[in-house]
Amino acid sequence: MSKAAPADRLSPALRTEALEQLLVERELVDPAVMDKFIKTYEQDVGPLNGAKVVARAWTDPGYRAWLLRDGTAAIKDMGYGGPQGEHMVVLEQSDEVHHVVVCTLCSCYPWPVLGLPPSWYKDPAYRAGMVRTPRRVLREMGLEVPEGKRIEVWDSSAEVRYLVLPQRPPATEDLDAEALAALVTRDAMVGVAEVAAP
Amino acid sequence: MDSIADMGGTQAWGPAQVPTDEPPFAEPWEGRSFALTVLTMGRISGRNLDAFRHALGRLHPIDYLVDGYYGRWLNAAELMLTDSRILAPGAVDARARRNRGEDVTEPPFPEPSRPDYKPTAAGSLREIDRDPVFAAGDAVRTKDMHPEGPTKLSGYLRRRSGTVTAIRPPHVLPDTHAVFEGENPQHVYTVGFSSTELWGPDAEPFTVHADLFESYLAKIPESEADQ
Repeated sequence: MSKAAPADRLSPALRTEALEQLLVERELVDPAVMDKFIKTYEQDVGPLNGAKVVARAWTDPGYRAWLLRDGTAAIKDMGYGGPQGEHMVVLEQSDEVHHVVVCTLCSCYPWPVLGLPPSWYKDPAYRAGMVRTPRRVLREMGLEVPEGKRIEVWDSSAEVRYLVLPQRPPATEDLDAEALAALVTRDAMVGVAEVAAP
Repeated sequence: MDSIADMGGTQAWGPAQVPTDEPPFAEPWEGRSFALTVLTMGRISGRNLDAFRHALGRLHPIDYLVDGYYGRWLNAAELMLTDSRILAPGAVDARARRNRGEDVTEPPFPEPSRPDYKPTAAGSLREIDRDPVFAAGDAVRTKDMHPEGPTKLSGYLRRRSGTVTAIRPPHVLPDTHAVFEGENPQHVYTVGFSSTELWGPDAEPFTVHADLFESYLAKIPESEADQ
């Protein structure tokens, strides 16, 4: 760590390598465990988990009601839980209300259902702007929220983690949960996009 | 503390990014930094996530911003490791310079001195005996808090009036937990604030909901709330 001018700074890649070496020498980390951990978040924990939750809610009214009443338990029923998912709350989009989730203090995000946060979610422009000019920020990101629709912004400032249940797109009556899950995007489950019809 | 991490409502960051498909880690070092941080956090004392967040907030703004998200993780991990004397100050830079061929002397490993702390349970949620002070629908005002240490009451939400929209499970209190001064679990409330309360009469119409600890809040007397 240093406050040196950027020109004099060591690259984060070099500094990460150095830190890893020092911790391995102190026997505090095992590179093989690190590899496994990285692979988990690259391959297993990602927005497909959340998409399956959403698709089940779209096709099973009982599940949808449970999900909205007790998100943590209903999501656990799909096999998802763990770090950054201790208490999950699901917010349902409607014709009247548009929900969008942010973390202004860090970049808190529901890892078990969405994986690690994308770069736009961690970007100061998003963290700062979403609680001040959400309609403008959403427009910059490509989503126009109709004037009559109420915007509700959720700042994840404690350990509650929010998942947005998007509206089911039209003309999808014939699709089963698996086909529906393939339509659901990470961005829609944070509230910066809608799910497009196939 | 008012840190660079407390970004809500700050300006001049430019437009938000248009989402694209991207891998979890843009470069290999980001994944290494992520894994190192998560795995070493448990080596400090009791996997204290609040202490890690406080370390992020204590970074110099340049160190917070210049190398992005996983760069700040790396810097916060180093700060926690030097705080606990697991690494000497400057050890990471010295090793990195040696690795690229500079003739630098590395500081010796110090004698570790970790905070004396064990969590009473896994995670951040706790059960507590007292009843919540506030109920859904209560009019509340956030306090005028300016601590030197950590808090999760964001600057933009200080001294603002809102309405309790939900009671959440009790959490350990980051204000003391982050500095290893006890879990002190409290009730947590989701409080809704109107955009005009936060940003004045010309604000876009919307509501911000934030999750706030009981000690951040005071009830607004009904006589005053009616005005």
